[in-house]
Amino acid sequence: MATTVVMEALSPTMEEGRLVEWKKQPGDVVAVGDVLAEVETDKAVMELVARAAGTLLAHAVAAGTTVPVGQALAHIGAAGEVVAAGAAGAAGAAGAAGAAGAANGRETTPVAPVAVAAPPLQAAGGRLKASPLARRIAADRGLDLQAVTGTGPEGRIVLRDVETAGSRGTAPSAPLAASRPHVLTPAEPAAAGSAYTDVPLTQIRKAISKRLAQSIGPIPTFYLTAEADMTRAAEAREGLNALGEGKVSFNDIVIKATALALRQHPACNAWWQEDRIRYWADVHVAMAVAVDDGLITPIIRHADRKTLREIGAEAKDLALRARERKLKPEEYTGATFSVSNLGMFDIDEFTAIINPPEAGILAVGRIGDQAVAYEGQLAIRKRLRLTMSCDHRVIDGATGAQFLRTLVRMLENPLGMVW
Amino acid sequence: MAVVTYRDALNQAIREEMRLDPSVFLMGEEVGVYQGAYKVSRGLLDEFGPMRVVDTPITELGFAGVGVGAAMVGLRPIVEFMTWNFALLAIDQVVNTAAKMRYMSGGQISVPAVFRGPGGSALQLAAQHSQAFESWYAHIPGLKVVMPATPADAKGLLKSAIRDEDPVVFIEGEMLYNTKGEVPEGEYLTPIGVADVKRTGADVTLICHSKTVSVALKAAEQLAADGIDAEVVDLRTIRPLDHETVLTSVSKTHRAVVVEEGWSFAGVGAQVVDVIQREIFDELDSPVLRVTGADVPMPYNKHLEKASKADPPKVIAAVKRVMYLES
Amino acid sequence: MKTTERKPKAGSAPSVAVTAAQPDAETQRSWLRQMLLIRRFEEKAGEAYSLGKIGGFCHLYIGQEAVAVGSLAALRGDDYITASYREHGHALARGISARAAMAELFGKAAGCSHGKGGSMHLIDASLGFLGGHGIVGGHIPLTTGMAFAIKYREEDRVAVCYFGEAAVNNGAFHEALNMAALWKLPAIYICENNRYGMGTALERASAVYDISERAGSYDMDREIVDGQDVLVVYQAMQRAVKRARESKHPTLLEIRTYRFMGHSMSDPIHGHYRTREEVEEHRKRDPILVWSEKLKADGLIDERGIKALDADVISEVEDAYRFADAAPDPEPGELWTDVYAGNREQGTGNGGVS
Repeated sequence: MATTVVMEALSPTMEEGRLVEWKKQPGDVVAVGDVLAEVETDKAVMELVARAAGTLLAHAVAAGTTVPVGQALAHIGAAGEVVAAGAAGAAGAAGAAGAAGAANGRETTPVAPVAVAAPPLQAAGGRLKASPLARRIAADRGLDLQAVTGTGPEGRIVLRDVETAGSRGTAPSAPLAASRPHVLTPAEPAAAGSAYTDVPLTQIRKAISKRLAQSIGPIPTFYLTAEADMTRAAEAREGLNALGEGKVSFNDIVIKATALALRQHPACNAWWQEDRIRYWADVHVAMAVAVDDGLITPIIRHADRKTLREIGAEAKDLALRARERKLKPEEYTGATFSVSNLGMFDIDEFTAIINPPEAGILAVGRIGDQAVAYEGQLAIRKRLRLTMSCDHRVIDGATGAQFLRTLVRMLENPLGMVW
Repeated sequence: MAVVTYRDALNQAIREEMRLDPSVFLMGEEVGVYQGAYKVSRGLLDEFGPMRVVDTPITELGFAGVGVGAAMVGLRPIVEFMTWNFALLAIDQVVNTAAKMRYMSGGQISVPAVFRGPGGSALQLAAQHSQAFESWYAHIPGLKVVMPATPADAKGLLKSAIRDEDPVVFIEGEMLYNTKGEVPEGEYLTPIGVADVKRTGADVTLICHSKTVSVALKAAEQLAADGIDAEVVDLRTIRPLDHETVLTSVSKTHRAVVVEEGWSFAGVGAQVVDVIQREIFDELDSPVLRVTGADVPMPYNKHLEKASKADPPKVIAAVKRVMYLES
Repeated sequence: MKTTERKPKAGSAPSVAVTAAQPDAETQRSWLRQMLLIRRFEEKAGEAYSLGKIGGFCHLYIGQEAVAVGSLAALRGDDYITASYREHGHALARGISARAAMAELFGKAAGCSHGKGGSMHLIDASLGFLGGHGIVGGHIPLTTGMAFAIKYREEDRVAVCYFGEAAVNNGAFHEALNMAALWKLPAIYICENNRYGMGTALERASAVYDISERAGSYDMDREIVDGQDVLVVYQAMQRAVKRARESKHPTLLEIRTYRFMGHSMSDPIHGHYRTREEVEEHRKRDPILVWSEKLKADGLIDERGIKALDADVISEVEDAYRFADAAPDPEPGELWTDVYAGNREQGTGNGGVS
């Protein structure tokens, strides 16, 4: 009996994949683990490996085709074996993980959608604990549990707490301050008769549109802008690079400073989780990297603990592999905060769109010579404009501002990073 | 109302039912000439003769099977196990035949047998003679499991069990046989599957059965002195479990502690807790706690044995936890 | 209770048919038909099993037909019978229709146990056929209990138990026979000794080869019987029935027979624990063959008559197969019925999502 090769879910969010290129042809003998094809997922180009040994029978799908996860791509069996036409469709019904696992019970790289690799949950300031009875009574009375102090174990709110709170009459929480983000302008309809080219959406474009459209809509976002004096940072950087042991870019410095600032302002190092806010104990900073037709955000994990050299080396490697679409899922999922830098394109400042479920993103503009007031005199200083987008459900104005101020101070006073 | 021992209440139940229905008979080790290992069947051989009060050899599997076979063709045997520890030998007949004949035959055959005897611990009988297996039998569809705590309940429930068309596992207690209580005069039946509130209260529900009922009541007395008003629900029947009484009580008090004799893993309390959290989650102010026997074979030493059992101090400590009070 | 002194009876050599006490021609021919019915039914069941129409376990009685037919012929309609899981033959011989039996094997509502029992639990209470039991030896005490009830009610019925020789080393066997002998109960314990308990030959399981010897431990009457001759079986059973009905004494009958198929459908016929030669040798004493020859020799039937009987039986079995195949499954609600007399669900275990 031939085994079916199916489109596997090679990333946690993948729903369909584009078969870029077949690496094995019908008639080729394959062993378990051989690369059968290259598949473009929503994030990267991945390798599809054989899960059975035998002869690769006909390709069911041509190169360049996009198929949903679980659909049959080919069969592996005995040389000359004929596979019934229906088999291809039938196999497609099975989920990718199930089909791959059923094909042979061998242990290979995990195919099943993996839960986002997550740092451990922080206890303090985490979810609200209340007994079911207390919740029900609070709901009945319109009491905001956030305003009630719990006297049960680990701060659990129990019946007596809502009963006493009720008698004091706390008001429900104030409505969220809304700050309207700018709305995307609709596309101009093409003039009749003018030429155009339709380009089908690649996986990466689809993923970007979907995620960020989700973001700009429902997230109540506000923006904070600050300007940092980077003169000292520029000198420091020259000095470091003169040491000759690896190069450090301004972006690396910004990432490091951001990570340290997040350490000091953990309220910004968080995820919105619908019914609670997850404050992460560790800091993982994503950096936006432009790739062929879009962008991807590889992550510098534990950026606060890494040296500038380490960040520099890692950033370079990640960017390279990002452009080659060779990133692994755990390298671009699980960030706690993001940094986006368009300075190299001479952009002075811009607003970035938050990557949900993260609560904030920092947009970095170019470092340029500006005439500014410095110590009471007009001077030419290197200046950098930073704009932070904040999810108001998680970060309030003051909180964001404090974070940004710390960040700016560190950039202006680089030794503050090792303070 | 007469004050009667638990043992005599059982004796009365058997005697009355044997008088009423000639198809009822008693069999087991030492039930006849010896008058019963725990004297529950005292005087019955004299009244009913050896065909109806049958002394068996020490063959739990064999005589349980004899009882089941006789029930399959229309008699109503009361099969006495000297203790439920020995009944392990007979479990094939109880579980594989008695519990299943009705189902496997598509409803053609019933097994109206009562399997009864003392279960759980006594004093220093050690590991093989101190076991509480009610959760094992309560696990089996086709069986009913009844455990009276008082003489009045013992008589009324045993009469109901004997009249029941289904096989009933009836677990008594060696430590209960000498206890005394008021028993109504005249003919009465206690329904199987109905729990009993032995003490009403408002602050916390104590759910118990058999020997732990007195433990719960003692704890309730001491709690009352501290201003805590405990309600005590005696399950009386383990299978079918009386959801209504339990849930009504816990909906009122919002807190519950189950007090049970057996080991904790998959014990009776595990089922009670499942029912409560599943049905009235929003009524709970705290998780339901269980006070169980220690998860060890029963030790011989007197103090170790005492430490292994549920007692009022343990119940009180659990109550304080569910009420968020300092103990 | 004092026991009365009795001299134990010695076990006899394989019994030979007593020619004088034979039933009439009609009855004798009916035995042939019954054995043929069992044979063809079992063959068909084997076929149905390999087509997936019968699931779980299927233990075939092929080769042992004379034991069921001969022994059940000596019973009354109000006697009680229990058997092991190899009971299709006994069920048919007792009067469960081929349709009801086949439908039960197929798990259909029209089956004698309404689809809830299956191959191992063919039951018809109206015929006194009380199962069909799956635990080796587990049903033997039940027969003692039924015999107890007969004595209790002062009736003259008989309780019969069929089991294999592999059950006799079981505790339940020992306990049940001891009590039957001790209390003098009208029971007949029929050990169908087909020499193999699944894959284990009798010599490897039993310290004592002659099963009937065990009766000596209980001072119980016993006989060794040639199970391939239906008349011999019948007459031995008659003796045991008389003993039970009239003098209230139990008997252990060791009926020596042979099963031509494997233990169950998953067990090979030979090669695993018995040789092809051995099986072939025993096939020479196929009970249907033995009886056919006897009837022909006595002029009670000819070859044509036998073929006609066989054809009739085959069409009955084919009809039963078609009936069972077409019959509906039990309603989904039947999952919950007949657990208790009142079918109560509340307060039982139905808290899991199901």
